[in-house]
Amino acid sequence: MTSHASTLARTREKPRVRPAGHDRLAAWAFLAPVVVYLVAFYAYPLYRNLDLSLRHYTVRSFVRGDAPFSGLDNYRTVFADPTFGPALLHTLVFTVASIAVQFAAGLALAVFFAQHFRLSSTLRALFLVPWLLPLIVSASTWSWMLNSDSGVVNHALSLVNVDAVNWLTSPDWALASVVIANIWIGIPFNLVVLHSGLQAIPAEVHEAAAIDGANGWQRFWRVTFPLLRPVSAITLLLGLVYTLKVFDIIWIMTKGGPADASTTFATWSYRLSFGNLLPEFGPGAAVGNLLIVMALVFGLLYIRIQRRQSL
Amino acid sequence: MRQYAKTGLGLLFTAIMLFPVYWMVNVSFTKDTDMRADPPHLFPWDGTLEGYRAVLDQQLPYLGTSLIVGLGTVALTLVLAAPAGYALAKLRPQGGGTLSFVLLIAQMIPGIIMAMGFYAIYLRLGVLNTIPGLILADSTIAVPFSVLIFTAFMSGIPDELINAAQIDGASRWRTFRSVILPVSRNAIVTVSLFAFLWAWSDFVFATTLDGGGDHQPITLGIYHYIGNNNQQWNAIMATAVVASIPATLLLILAQRYVAAGVTAGAVKD
Repeated sequence: MTSHASTLARTREKPRVRPAGHDRLAAWAFLAPVVVYLVAFYAYPLYRNLDLSLRHYTVRSFVRGDAPFSGLDNYRTVFADPTFGPALLHTLVFTVASIAVQFAAGLALAVFFAQHFRLSSTLRALFLVPWLLPLIVSASTWSWMLNSDSGVVNHALSLVNVDAVNWLTSPDWALASVVIANIWIGIPFNLVVLHSGLQAIPAEVHEAAAIDGANGWQRFWRVTFPLLRPVSAITLLLGLVYTLKVFDIIWIMTKGGPADASTTFATWSYRLSFGNLLPEFGPGAAVGNLLIVMALVFGLLYIRIQRRQSL
Repeated sequence: MRQYAKTGLGLLFTAIMLFPVYWMVNVSFTKDTDMRADPPHLFPWDGTLEGYRAVLDQQLPYLGTSLIVGLGTVALTLVLAAPAGYALAKLRPQGGGTLSFVLLIAQMIPGIIMAMGFYAIYLRLGVLNTIPGLILADSTIAVPFSVLIFTAFMSGIPDELINAAQIDGASRWRTFRSVILPVSRNAIVTVSLFAFLWAWSDFVFATTLDGGGDHQPITLGIYHYIGNNNQQWNAIMATAVVASIPATLLLILAQRYVAAGVTAGAVKD
């Protein structure tokens, strides 16, 4: 998934000839469906969610909608919860570790595939497969590959005399397991975006550097990497926004366990609201809103950088 | 490095990357009795179609639901996004920039939070566990992205084309239908592909809003399989293989659209 700050920038840059009254009406007639839609199916659910987080809900009052207003109580509950610290830590570790490796691997592969050789574009296309598969497919495949007793990963480790690892069932490894699966899913996005960034660097720049006697390594670090910085910033920030909200993979592989070992804000919020027999909608919504704030901080940073670049 | 060496290395990287996909296919053909063999069977020499038989017996209704939900999401997304893209790209009303900004932000809101809000609303309206409810929720993944894709694409349509139609006396609506839409085929294909794929793959909305429904999508079909602890991994992986068919078709038939969708907007040209 990508965003379109450049579109935004483009619409802003255009010299503005104000359409006449009639045209303005026509324009908003075309926009009306989407505006109504955004209000009804984006703004309203978000408002409901905010409302949920500010009231004291029981199952009964949730159905009837007469829960008493409780101010920031739910947020206090969440902050005081013993899960808060670990969930915050895991969210950060999951996000940073995933992005660092995805980006490094994506960049290395992008540079590799940018050299034209036989099959290079076909192979690059095949790299998209993990990104296109439904997350439940990837997550269940990785679950079985990481199975302690019969998984192919532990079998491979046994070939090099490494003891079997309880990937999904030991608190020490559960977070690492979901990070590995998430990295695998995220590499294609980084590869494709960085590859198209590389295409935008004129070939003459490399040729000039080569003539000046720079070797491949120097050319990458002194020429390619600095020129790729704007695209890299965008890729990293978008990755950040999208990794913060990862839920499916973790929930399907470990349900955030064992004992909260792989619980992030996303899975915690889901578990509070839907994972127990007695749902805690208020605290669940509060955790969700904290997650929105985190995503928006990086999201706005992304838009800022994207805009500055297009000016 | 010589050309062949590079191709060889490329093949190696691709093989490593796609190993999990291979493993999924391999396990889907493996007999129950061989599932925990040590060493694991790297190729299903002595394979079985049991897993796929289970798919035919049990998963067809789920696949049908996913197909309906996917197509419904595509239709809803196109109807909402194409006119909006036209207005933002060509009519550029006051406030258009703000709307684009809102769409950009909307894409960043975690699906799980949208799901909680939808749950509260759907419960009250009594549309939990219905297909239209799921289509509506799934469309929120695709609509902001699609409006922005249409805007970017339609900005590139020459104004002369539109002016010519207007001089011929066509209304705005007529211009949109008869001039803009036909030349926007690529954008329509891109948007449809992504909307379908995202709806088909959706798990978050399915599990929160359709968890108790009579008609559940394939992602829940797989999830129930895993949850039942029946350990019938060939059936689980066979379902996963079948659920991957749309993604595979997309890559084969529409590769250039996919790449365009991934990079659109993230990189400035």
